[in-house]
Formats: sequence, C-alpha cells, structure tokens
Amino acid sequence: MDEITTVFVTESREQLAAMEAALLELENSPGDSDTLNAIFRSAHTIKGGAGVVECDFIVAFTHVVENALDKLRNGEIAVDGDLVAVLLACSDHINALLDVLESGMPAPAADLQADGNALLDRLQRGWLSGEGKQSDDSTPPATSDGTVESSGGGVVETDCWHISLRFGQDVLRQGMDPLSFLRYLTSLGTIVRLETLADAMPAADDMDPEACYLGFEIHFASSADKAAIERVFDFVRDECTLHILPPRSRLADYVALIKALPEDPMRLGEILVRVGALTQAELDVGLAAQQATEAAATEETAAPPLGEILVEQQVVQPELVEAAVVKQKQVGEKKAAEARLIRIQADKLDALIDLVGELVIAGAGVNLLAARSGLAELTEATSVMSRLVESIRDSALQLRMVQIGETFNRFNRVVRDVSKELGKDIELVVSGAETELDKSVVEKIGDPLMHLVRNAIDHGIEPAEARAAAGKPERGRLSLNACHDSGSIVIEVADDGGGLNREKIARKAMERGLVPAGHTLSDQEVYNLIFEPGFSTADKVSNLSGRGVGMDVVKRNIQSLRGRVEVDSQPGEGTRFTIRLPLTLAIIDGFLVGAGSAGYVVPLDMVVECLELPPQAGDSHYLNLRGEVLPFIRLRDLFEIRGEQPVRENVVVVKAAGQKAGIVVDELLGEFQTVIKPLGHLFRNLRGIGGSTILGSGEVALILDVQALIHLAAHRDEPNAILNRS
Amino acid sequence: MSKATTGCQRLAIVDDMTIYNAAAQKQTLIEALCGCDELELDLSTVGEIDTAGFQLLILVKREARRLGKQARIVAHSPVVRETVDFFNMAADFGDPMLIPAQEG
Repeated sequence: MDEITTVFVTESREQLAAMEAALLELENSPGDSDTLNAIFRSAHTIKGGAGVVECDFIVAFTHVVENALDKLRNGEIAVDGDLVAVLLACSDHINALLDVLESGMPAPAADLQADGNALLDRLQRGWLSGEGKQSDDSTPPATSDGTVESSGGGVVETDCWHISLRFGQDVLRQGMDPLSFLRYLTSLGTIVRLETLADAMPAADDMDPEACYLGFEIHFASSADKAAIERVFDFVRDECTLHILPPRSRLADYVALIKALPEDPMRLGEILVRVGALTQAELDVGLAAQQATEAAATEETAAPPLGEILVEQQVVQPELVEAAVVKQKQVGEKKAAEARLIRIQADKLDALIDLVGELVIAGAGVNLLAARSGLAELTEATSVMSRLVESIRDSALQLRMVQIGETFNRFNRVVRDVSKELGKDIELVVSGAETELDKSVVEKIGDPLMHLVRNAIDHGIEPAEARAAAGKPERGRLSLNACHDSGSIVIEVADDGGGLNREKIARKAMERGLVPAGHTLSDQEVYNLIFEPGFSTADKVSNLSGRGVGMDVVKRNIQSLRGRVEVDSQPGEGTRFTIRLPLTLAIIDGFLVGAGSAGYVVPLDMVVECLELPPQAGDSHYLNLRGEVLPFIRLRDLFEIRGEQPVRENVVVVKAAGQKAGIVVDELLGEFQTVIKPLGHLFRNLRGIGGSTILGSGEVALILDVQALIHLAAHRDEPNAILNRS
Repeated sequence: MSKATTGCQRLAIVDDMTIYNAAAQKQTLIEALCGCDELELDLSTVGEIDTAGFQLLILVKREARRLGKQARIVAHSPVVRETVDFFNMAADFGDPMLIPAQEG
C-alpha cells in the first residue's frame, strides 16, 4: 500500500470516529446544524480522499450516504432513530471497506458488497426516493458530483470543471513544483485541455530563474468534488491563486472569474474559449453583459467578493462556498497540528523502550561499580549520568502514553447499540478521559472493559419499569471514570442498577462447591466470587452476557497486565467495578531491600516510609505506627529464608489501594530503577512476587507484588483468606 | 543537421533543467541567444526538467521573438517532450518533435 493510501486510511478512520460520535450526538439533539454539518463534512472528506486514492467502491458507497446527509442537512428529511441507525451501519460499512482497501484487495468480497447494497437500498427506499424536493442525482457518481441547481438561462454548456491557477513567485524556491501538482491533479480526472500562461514573466533581464511566473487555465473532467480538487493544491494554497468553477456554472461565474484574474479580459476570454470552457458565442454574451453591469455598477463602491456573488445567484451550492471556508480553516489548523505531530511506527518506539531498558540496567551496573570503587569524582559523574538516564527513561515512556479517552469514547456506541437492543434507556457518563496510560495497556484493556460495560447494561441496570417502581429515574446511568492513584491507573465502571444479589451469589457458590457450606462470608468476599470461572447467576442467557464465561476471563486479562479488579455493590444502588493497573509494563522505580542473601524490589510508588522494627514487636504481626495499627509481614517468614537474623530489622511501610502494611526486611539498599522481566509460566501461581529484574551486579532480584503482600498481612488471621486468591 | 547560416549556433544542454541549475542556465541561454541570430537547442540529453527549466524555454522563445531572432529546439529528450506536451506548449513553441517509433 503506498503512502497516500495509508494516510487516507488512517485519516478516514479518524473521520469515521468523528462521524460516529457526531451521529450519536445527533440522536440526543436532532436538528443541531453544527452536528449535521460535522457529519456531512466527515463523509465528504472520506469521499474526497477516496477519490484521490482512486478507491471507487468507497466513493460509490459514500456518495449515496453523502446524498442522504445532504438532504438531512437541508431539512428535507428528518432525523429519526432509524435513520441514525442506518447511518451508523453505513459508517461501519465504510470502515469495513477501508479494511478491504488496506488489505490491498481490488474490490470488496461479495457478501460485503451485498451488505453495502442492502444498506444503500434502505437509504434509498426509506429516505432518498420521493421525499426530497430535489429531483437530483442520487445515483452513484460516475458522472458528476458538482450538482449545480440550474437557474434558468445562461448556463454554460460544459461538463467539465474549470480551474484557474496562478502560482506565486516563491513556490519554486520553496521546493514545490507546479508541474507535480498538475500531474497529481490527473489522478483525480482527466485534463481535457490545459493552457499555460506566462504573461507574468518579465523581460529576460528582470526574470528571476528561480521564481515562478506561470499560470494555468485547465479544463478538467472529473467526478471528484470541489473539495477534493482543492485538496490537490493544499500545499500551495497560500502561494497560489486558485479558482475552481464547477461543471455547468453560469456564464456570469466565468465573467466573474475573468474579472478576478490578473490578465487582460480579452486575452483570458480567448483562453477560456481555447480550453473549451466557453464557446465564442457565450464569451461575447458574457463580455457584453459584463460591460453593461459595469456601467450600471459604477456608482457602487466595489464588486462583491466572488463567493458572495455565487451564493447570491444561487448558482453554486451554498455548501460549496461554505465548505471551502471550513476547509481553509481546517487546512490551516491541520497544518499546524501536523507540524506538531509525527506519526511513527509503534515497533520503532518499542525498540527504543527496549534500549532504554537495557540502558537503565547498564547504568545501574556502572553506579554499583562506582560506589564500590570509592572514587568521589567517578561517583559524582555516574550520579549525573543516572539522572540523565532517568530523564531519558521518563521521556521515552511518555512517548508511549496515550489518553484513555479514545477507548472510552468507543463505548458511546456500544452503550447505544446494546441498550437499544435491550430496550433500555441508558446514558454513558465519561470522566477522566484525559488520563494517560501506556499504549500497550490501553490496547489490552479494551476487551475487559467491553465485557464489564455490556454486563452492566445487561444485568446491572434494570428495565425502565423496574427502575420506576424502585423510585429511580427511568434513564439508567453508566459511568466510566479514570484517574491516577499512586503510580497506578484506576478505571471504574459503575452503574446505578440493582446491585449484585448477595444471596443468590452465595447460594450459587455453595451449590458449586466454591464455598464450604455453613461459612459466613463478608460482602466483599461474596461479590468477588463472580470472578470465579464458570460463575453466572443470570436467570436468562442473552446473547450479550450471562453464559458464565467472562468475569474470570476479565480478571485473568487484567491480572496479565499486573493489575487487579475489584467489585463493590450496594443493593438497589448499583455496582462498581474498579480496575487498577500499573501505568507502564516495562520499567518502574524500585526500592531495593535485602532479606537473607537476596535482593528484593518494592515499587517505589508504593513505599510510604521506612522505619526500624521496634524490638517489642516480637512475634506479633502488628505494630503501633504513631497510634495506628499496622499489620506487617516478614519476608524471611514468607519466603522461608534461613540464616542468621540480623540484629536490627527494618520495616518498609507500603500502601496500595488505600491499605497500608509493613514488610519486614533485613536491610534497606536504596532506590533503584528497574526493568521488569516477567516471570515464566512456571511461576505464574507464585504469590507475592510480581516479576524479576536484573541488578547492576548481574544478580537477579525479585519484584514484590505489594498488593498481594498487603492482602496477606491484613488477612492472615482469617481462616478463609484462601478465597481471596489474588 | 548542419547549418550554413553564419549566425547559427548550436547549444547542447546536458545538465538537468531543474531549479538547481536554472540561474546558470538562464545566463547561458540568454548569452547564447545574444551571440547569434539563430539558436539551436539540443535538449536530447536533458534527464530531468521541472517548471523552472520549462520557464527558461519559454523565456528563450519569447526573447528570440522580441529580438527578431530564431530559437529552436532541435532535439528533445523524452522528458522534455513529455513536459512540453503536458503544458500544451508544443504548438506555441512550434518545434518539430520526433516521436519515437514505438510510441508513434
């Protein structure tokens, strides 16, 4: 796939996302002209782009969609749920067509094509045929796009676009060659006739060979639309004068064009005749009319701008002019944005992160050697270096950070579709969309989130009648929230539905033998049972959820991201799933501690403070931290480390998910940047260990899974702590 | 094609007629035109021509006309021929163009 196609696909997907968002908005506020325009523009841009890359099947499909949108925008057809649904389906179909284009196939497969035709049929039957006032073309655009409403007489007999181009003197110096633009123009259609004008070129002595003096009058046959033609000249837009007349423009437009151009009217007229834009007879009529109007208009101050004239005469579709204005603005904005953004391949970034990871390890090695050598200067130099390495690491990781908002926005559509299907009225509230997290995490969190959202809609939120009966607003509410919390990201999926049925879950768990009969469980423990494999309390199985596969998969997926998921529920008020994820999968700031002969790493974000273990703590599992009860756990006990106990032990106070605990270790070795190496499959069920890392000395240190340890410390005395396998 | 006319000069341009050479080539062309009555341009080895180079051809043609002289392109390289065609200036220039057999 060549570069322009790649860009087209990427940009079209962005346009589609925007279009989808706008369509959803349209449902809420039908008739909002801004939204309608935004939708139309998206479709229009995609069609234009498809024309540029010569992807006919997208052009053909989008054209009909665009027709419908145009009618919608002109108020000829009204917005209703059905139409929005069809249009959403159309947007999905365009997405599928983009896949086809991306995969390099020349045409969509038969079934996809059939789907597309069915959609177009629905549009055609339901909205396009008969109802519109205009009897214009809604056939696919083999012939013409720039449908200009005829205004009676004076229409110029030509099916071609007319393009007048005058390049600025500086274009060549800026490395842009008019020739390339014109050649590129031929990818949109056929240049029927081209006239080169060199009138602006001064005499030989004054002629600057590096300046451009050329202008062109082009008679251009194309099914592309005006925006697409204009786009060809985007890069030189500021540097050239561009006039485009759609096919079948009025004679007056040509006259206006002639007036707007710098050359002598008579000469221009001849050229227009030569390129075939006008016939001699038409020219004579036009020039005569022009003189007449000029005579009449002498008292008036200035001729109105071309755009105004065109709209006044209702010759050019108003949107043509409007689109041009919007386009210009967009182009400006886009140029600015492009200057600030570069697209690069994700694997290049990954390679960079890998290298930075190795650099961090190597840097740690150097630090260690420097510290051992005892050379003050060397130590100083390495500390400067490690600070720089740290900055590099941070910026490298920053490169991978993306906002979660895009992922959240996908759910607008899901919520709409699913709630429609179930006949529920549900609004989605998104907050914290600007929260950033690692790209790889974002990619992997989509599926679990989708599952939770669907579950919430299907099981969480009750049908409207039940809600009304319970005295709740009929419209259900689903909220997605993201925020940062001590080095991890917290994502919440909350609904205001009926909450989890504690009794039912407990009963089911007993039936399945997950819990020994007669055990009393805390609410929390009961709710967490839903993450057990094969657990479903749904009475009826829908095609959305309830089959009992899912929540355990959700949990596993999240765990594979080194995160965890918790559920909290209030009967009658709703359910809240909280997902905690590490910000990044690759590198963390660690705090190195020693127990026995081995080193362990505690993620620094979770360390609150360090203190010496008070001798009176003895064998108890709690100590008094400034009046607070702090459970602690000994690494020596936990990992059954033998050997001499040191005289003094230290406590690292850690905090995660609002809970505090102490980890008792032999020595504190200080901060340490570390690259996480995941543990192999063999060690998957190890508790309390989250991964491993390589120290500067080449030794392996284990990374502690602080949340698991805290849990262990806090629940050690509870007999059924085993249920809370983390 | 040898010319008997005394004032006839043949100039072969071998470099690319692009903006990078435009300044130097303008000088060469205008000087050559001043030094003779009839200028024959051999562009058969021009490997590349852009708008800047093409403008020079227009300039030479126009200067020649203004001074009552002749400037003819007697040999086109394929790119030159294609460009002149693209800009639709073949008729304006009025030079015979040799169309290779396989294309004709």
